[in-house]
Amino acid sequence: MAIVQDTEVLTTSAPRGRLTMSRREAAWGLLFLSPWFIGLALFYAIPIIVSFVMSFTDFNPVNAGAVKFVGLANYQWMFSESATVSSFFITLKLSVIGVPLGLFTALGLAIMLNQKLLAGKRVFRTLFFMPVQIPLVASTIVWLDFLNGSNGWLAYILNSIQDIFITFFGGLLNVSHPYTPIAPSWFQDTSWAVPGLILMGLWGIGNAMLIFLAGLQTVPTELYEAARVDGAGRWQQFRNVTLPMISPVFFYNLLIAVIGMAQYFTQPYVIGGGSGNPGGETLVFNINLYNEAWKYNFMGHGAALAWLMFVVVLGFSIVLFRTSARWVFYAGGDR
Amino acid sequence: MTSIAMSSTTGVRSKWNRRLRGLGKRTGVSLLVGVVCFIFILPLIYAVSVAFTPSDTTSIVGAPPWPAAARQIEYTDPTTTRTSSYYLYTVPDWDGQGHTKALALITENFPPVASVFVDPANPGQTIKWGDKPGQNVYTLSHVWDITITTDNFGSAWDKMGSAEGGFPLLFRNTLAIALLGTIGAVLSAVLVAYGFARFRIPGKNLLFVILISTIMVPFQVTLIPTFLFFQAIGWTGTWLPLIVPHYFANAYNVFLLRQYFMQLPRELDEAAQMDGASPLRVLLSVIIPQSWPAIMVVTLFHFFFAWNDFLNPLIFLSGSADLWPIAVGLNNFNTTFRNAGTPAIIQAGSILAMLLPVVIFFFSQRVFMRGVVISGVEK
Repeated sequence: MAIVQDTEVLTTSAPRGRLTMSRREAAWGLLFLSPWFIGLALFYAIPIIVSFVMSFTDFNPVNAGAVKFVGLANYQWMFSESATVSSFFITLKLSVIGVPLGLFTALGLAIMLNQKLLAGKRVFRTLFFMPVQIPLVASTIVWLDFLNGSNGWLAYILNSIQDIFITFFGGLLNVSHPYTPIAPSWFQDTSWAVPGLILMGLWGIGNAMLIFLAGLQTVPTELYEAARVDGAGRWQQFRNVTLPMISPVFFYNLLIAVIGMAQYFTQPYVIGGGSGNPGGETLVFNINLYNEAWKYNFMGHGAALAWLMFVVVLGFSIVLFRTSARWVFYAGGDR
Repeated sequence: MTSIAMSSTTGVRSKWNRRLRGLGKRTGVSLLVGVVCFIFILPLIYAVSVAFTPSDTTSIVGAPPWPAAARQIEYTDPTTTRTSSYYLYTVPDWDGQGHTKALALITENFPPVASVFVDPANPGQTIKWGDKPGQNVYTLSHVWDITITTDNFGSAWDKMGSAEGGFPLLFRNTLAIALLGTIGAVLSAVLVAYGFARFRIPGKNLLFVILISTIMVPFQVTLIPTFLFFQAIGWTGTWLPLIVPHYFANAYNVFLLRQYFMQLPRELDEAAQMDGASPLRVLLSVIIPQSWPAIMVVTLFHFFFAWNDFLNPLIFLSGSADLWPIAVGLNNFNTTFRNAGTPAIIQAGSILAMLLPVVIFFFSQRVFMRGVVISGVEK
């Protein structure tokens, strides 16, 4: 994950003319970087500081003149208000289950598409990636009806499977005709809404899949041959060759997935209409933040929540980078 | 002699066997992946299927999961002489002799009172059914005909977005926001990437690390101050907050272009410099002409981003429905029509919304997917 690759050092001790040359070069370089400097200040540095300060105030845009410092009140509030606390847990649930599930599904698909025997690789790769390019609002609406408990296709499929199963084995299990359909109602059912979001999230793994696929293709075949010579089976080859060799891309995908989870908003907003339907189960962290800051105008609450997420993501990234030496293997040595 | 001949034929046969087995394996693997792929894109097939289904079908209990309409016939009541449409039902044992027939239900009565039916082939005569034990008019199923309609697309086209503009206005807005933003995203990323790729700047490595770490800043931590800033300068309710910030270089795009620029040979730059070309000249006539694939990727990335963006227009354009892009218009359309129970029209709307990005993706998929890989693997 070494980002910096071009450490150019002036090899010759610079005479006077060279120095002004290099100074001119630096000036040109800075000129080309200047759009980014402006953006960094305007859209990152200043807003981050402002929202930090704001998180200690009761700022409300409707009555901006009456703003005052409230110390840690916003941070105390967020751990005592029930909707907010519940939004933490929903996002945590989604991350703890959804992120690993998404990563391993992406890896599974990548391994599948990397099979030598597979015909039409390009077509399959394109089709598995395509859902990522469907605008999120549209794809969420597709899933919302696809998962509908009464006339969605998944309900038809699951209930038909159940029908067939009971026709054959109903006698053994002592189940007879009017039985409850097995298909859940997903987004109409509080206990199925979060699993529904996770299932839907699998449509967004195309990026991770492509990156895994590229990672798999960089593993030298000699390593597999050597492992086979040593008598390694399929699982051992995967465990001892594939996994270590693709650990850098795993690291990258994990980081991107966590950052993505921290920004998760559109899908639950479209499903729950911003109010977390059904029963507050789609009221994720960012919808709660949006409601506090834009619906109720408690921008102090919003800023505090935003900073909490920022610190969590930052902390997670630091832990990830720190521990990466232990589990991320760089084939090229220290890059 | 014979033994040699025999062994050679078995050799050929085993070679063919092996080939055949290879082919079998190949077909097996491909078939399996095909099934997984089919399941994966099933929701999309669902959406297309529903979008072409007559919109009232989905609200009928027992409707099949494919585009179909419940069959109806016109029937004139001889006593009232009024003509209207009646649904056909599959009626078991209609004649008391165990035959099943499709009959039109004229008058529905709660069992055990018999309901009145008419045979479409013989409309002059009414048939009574439903008074015997086990006969229940409410459990009869419709007669379904495969019916494909494009009406839903027309409804979605007219009803999405604001009353006057409909879908065409949403489309124009999205296109304008996407194109204006893309120009800025590409221009700024090219300049900044060129700065990082080709110039010796003190502290450049640190600057680059800062650039990359902005990827890890969640949007919400900058959103409130940015919103207040744009509100203070009067830009909320305009497209400017959705366009202008992209003129200041995005980390992903800069990273991608820098990687590309760095692998271009420096000899051409140097030759141009010898001829007295300024750094800007070098960028325009040496670097950019060699970098169209990478620039194309950045263009596509931003275009798709803009088409997809929901939260920003939701916040900055709340209350200005005439300026909405498709994402916000579609969400609004969904909440309005969801209560009306017409998934067919809603799905037609979502297909309209995804059509252009999906078509562009299929035409550009090679370039695009390579771009995803470059921005991911090489880090």
